[in-house]
Amino acid sequence: MPDTASRPFTAAAFNQYLAEHQLMAARCETCGALHLPPRAICPRCHGDQLTWQATSGRGRLAAFTAVSIVPTALAAEGHGRDNPYLCGIVELDEGPKISARLLGLDPRHAAAIQIGTPVQAEYLTRGEGDRQTTLLAFRA
Amino acid sequence: MPPRATPLPRGVAVVGAGMSQFGAFPDKSGRDLFVEAFLEMRRALDKGFDPASVDAVYVGNFSSDLFEGQAHTAPLVTDAVGLLPRPATRVEDACASGGVALRQGVMAIASGLADVVLVGGFERMTKLPTAEVTDTLAAAGDTLFETPAGFTFPGFYAAIATAYMHRYGMTPEHLMHVALKNHANGALNPKAQFNVTLADWMRGRVEAARKKGKPLPAWQSEMDFLHDDGANPQIAWPLRLFDCSPITDGAACLLLAAADRAGEFTDRPIHIIGSGQASDAALHDRDDLTSLGAARLAAGQAYAMAGVTARDIRIAEVHDCFTIAEVIATEDLGFFEPGHGYGMAEDGVTARAGAKPINTSGGLKSKGHPVGASGVAQAVEVWKQMRGEAGPRQVPGDVPLALTHNVGGTGNTAVVHIFERRN
Ligand SMILES: [Zn+2]
Repeated sequence: MPDTASRPFTAAAFNQYLAEHQLMAARCETCGALHLPPRAICPRCHGDQLTWQATSGRGRLAAFTAVSIVPTALAAEGHGRDNPYLCGIVELDEGPKISARLLGLDPRHAAAIQIGTPVQAEYLTRGEGDRQTTLLAFRA
Repeated sequence: MPPRATPLPRGVAVVGAGMSQFGAFPDKSGRDLFVEAFLEMRRALDKGFDPASVDAVYVGNFSSDLFEGQAHTAPLVTDAVGLLPRPATRVEDACASGGVALRQGVMAIASGLADVVLVGGFERMTKLPTAEVTDTLAAAGDTLFETPAGFTFPGFYAAIATAYMHRYGMTPEHLMHVALKNHANGALNPKAQFNVTLADWMRGRVEAARKKGKPLPAWQSEMDFLHDDGANPQIAWPLRLFDCSPITDGAACLLLAAADRAGEFTDRPIHIIGSGQASDAALHDRDDLTSLGAARLAAGQAYAMAGVTARDIRIAEVHDCFTIAEVIATEDLGFFEPGHGYGMAEDGVTARAGAKPINTSGGLKSKGHPVGASGVAQAVEVWKQMRGEAGPRQVPGDVPLALTHNVGGTGNTAVVHIFERRN
C-alpha cells in the first residue's frame, strides 16, 4: 500500500485504513471541509485537491437503533430476533458523521441509550484470508 | 437552487387511474399485476381508451432484477398491455421510482415530445424470503458506507426516530397513533393489503387463539396490543412491526394527457400543476437527521410552480414507509412546524375528518408498499378523492387541491406533485 499522501480517495483505501486501525477522513485543500467517508471531489467547493487526515476516532452518538429483523450478513454473525445488535450514526469531535456498529451498550435496553453518549472508534475483523474485512465500530 | 416559480410550459392532466389489488399473490408475476392495474385504469376512462393515442410508457420499478430475476421490464409490461412499439422506459429511484416515473411522464408531455403517456409502477416482492427482501431493500442505502454498519431499512428510519425523539420529545406511543389512523383508513380501502382496522385484526387474533385452545390475549385496547412484544414485536427499536409498511405485491397505472387533449378521454381531468424533485446524501452526511432536505426542496419547487402554499392543500398522500416517515413528511411539506407533526394523528388532525387528512388510502402502512408502484398508487388515491369516487373513505367536502409525496431510500430522492381539479 502506498504512503498516506498518494492513496486514492476510494472505499477500498478507506477500508484499508480501517484494517490498519485508522479512521481517516479527506480534507479539502481548497475550502478546508473535512469529509467522512472520503471523497475525490469536495461537494462544498467542488475542488479536487484533497488530502487524507487522521481523525481522533472520538465522537458522540447522534442516532441509533437496535435491529431485531436482521440482514443475512448479520444473521451469519448470530444476530436475530433474540439477539439484536446496535448500529447508529456518530458525530466525530472533528465534525463529520459516519455510520457504524455500536459496542458497549445493551441492545435489549435500547430505551436507556442516550443520544450524545461519548464513543470511541474500534475496528472489527470479519472473515478470513482474502475475504477478511474490517468494520468500523464505536464503543461507549 | 431556488424553486422555479414558472408553471409547466404545457399543461398536463391525469385522465385515467387504476391499481391492482395490493397484497401477497404467489400466482402472479409483476407483469400480471401491471396488467391488472392497466385494465382498471382503462375501464376508468370516461370516454374509452384508444391505444393508438399513447405516445410513450414510463414504468417505476425498484428491483425486479433481485425480486423476480427479471431486468429490462419496461418493454415486457408494455407488450403485455398491447402498447408495443412505444418507447418504454424503466425508472429506478428506490421507493420513489413510481413518483419519479410520473414526473418523467409529466416532463415528456410538458416538453411537447409526447401528448399522451402511460405511467405505471409495479413491484413483486413476496417471492423472496424476508431476510432476502431485507437485503434487497437495504441495497437502496449506501452499500459501501451504510449497510456494512448493519443498517437495514427499518434501521435507518429507527435511527431518524431516535434523533427526532431526542430533539422534540416524541415517544413511540405517538407513532402508534399514526399506525392506528392509517389502518382505520385502509380498512375502508378494498384494494389495501391490510383491509382491516387494528381492532378487527385483534379480534382475529383472539378468535384464532380460541380455536387453537391457546390462552386468550388480555388486550383491553389497541394500545395494549401495540405494546405487546409478542403481537407487535420490535423490528428496529423504537420501530415495531406495526410501525413498518408491509412487503407487498402490487401495481398502479395512470394515463396522462396534454391538458388541451384531456377532453378526448374525460370531462373531469385532474391537472398536475406542480412537480418537484431533489436528491440528498447518505443519512450520516446530513446536517439534520430529523427532516428530509430533499423533500423540503421538492415541496418548495412544487408549491412555487403551482403558485399555492401548504395551507391550500386539502389532502395529501405521503410516504409513510414507517410511521416516523409520515410525521417528518407532514413537517417537510409545511403542513406543521418542525417538531409539531408527531401529535397530529393522536389529535385527529390528520384523520379523514380532520383539518388535514393524510393518507386516506391507508398509506403505505396499511394499503401496502410494492416499492415501485407506491408513488403511482398515491396519485390513484388523490384522483379518486378529487373526483369524489373514494367510496366510504371519501373525505368530507370538496378536494380542489391535493399533493403526493414519494421518497426513495432515506430521502436520497424525494418527489412531490400537486394536483388540481377545475370542474
Ligand atoms: Zn472544498
